Amino acid sequence: MASQDEIFQKVSATLVEALNVDEDEIRPTSTLTGDLGAESIDFLDIVFRLEREFGIKIPREELFPEVAEGNNPEFMQDGVVTPKGIEELKRAMPFADFNDFEKDPRMTEFSNLFTVKMITNYIQDKLARGGR
Amino acid sequence: MRWIWLDGFTAFESGVKARSIKNLSLAEDHFAQHFPGYPLMPAALIIEGLAQTGGILVGEKLDFKEKVVLGKVLKARFDRDFLAGETLEYEAEIIMVRPEGSTVIGRVFCEGKLEAEVEIFFAHLGPSWSKSEAAGGAGDDNFVFSSELRSFINQARRLDAQAKKAKAAAN
Repeated sequence: MASQDEIFQKVSATLVEALNVDEDEIRPTSTLTGDLGAESIDFLDIVFRLEREFGIKIPREELFPEVAEGNNPEFMQDGVVTPKGIEELKRAMPFADFNDFEKDPRMTEFSNLFTVKMITNYIQDKLARGGR
Repeated sequence: MRWIWLDGFTAFESGVKARSIKNLSLAEDHFAQHFPGYPLMPAALIIEGLAQTGGILVGEKLDFKEKVVLGKVLKARFDRDFLAGETLEYEAEIIMVRPEGSTVIGRVFCEGKLEAEVEIFFAHLGPSWSKSEAAGGAGDDNFVFSSELRSFINQARRLDAQAKKAKAAAN
């Protein structure tokens, strides 16, 4: 079973290829869009590359869920995610670190949940479950 | 403006590989400016030709139920310039097709020699509920597989049928 460090190295190599960034720009806390410049089309590319690299299947929206803004007032009000909404997100993204987002739960901050560490956690969990 | 960057298919194997041809004619407007005295075919337009070849290949595999759109050029290598007067052969081969997207490798041959290679990622924009798609895929209200491309699609299907017939006869 690959260690977290080995997984991180492979995830970094994948992001270098997909986003055309230097390896030394990639840290566990780097956000994909803010720090590494990922655009929406890159997320699909990253998913396909991770599948090939780790020999796993990543179902649609399991790693990068899409959140429909403002669809449900229980989950979001005036562009801010409600405590109930945060609980829902935590259920959908158990591998993400919500510490910063809970302090500033504006929807505009949502993409900052997508970090290199989040991908590493996801892959580690996936591999532990035999790729399922 | 017409946006077709290939002249026709020469081979088509459904779900696997397709070959098309592109004659670089000095009559094409862009050669007047790109560049005066050195009619260089822009690499971006070669990539577009490869994407059209690969896009029809992927689209056909999915019965034209998805809009197959060039999302990203994953890799591109051009070994030389291509000038007006040359005939390019494009080859597209499917690497992977998933519901959300697909990848093809595109190759450019000139006089039989491999001169460029490009890996293309397509995003699938999902089925549209347009009339032409309901009627079987391509048509005027499908902005990707428009009726402009219909003759190519028919040509591709004809070539695929011919290849299958030849294969069956050989067996």
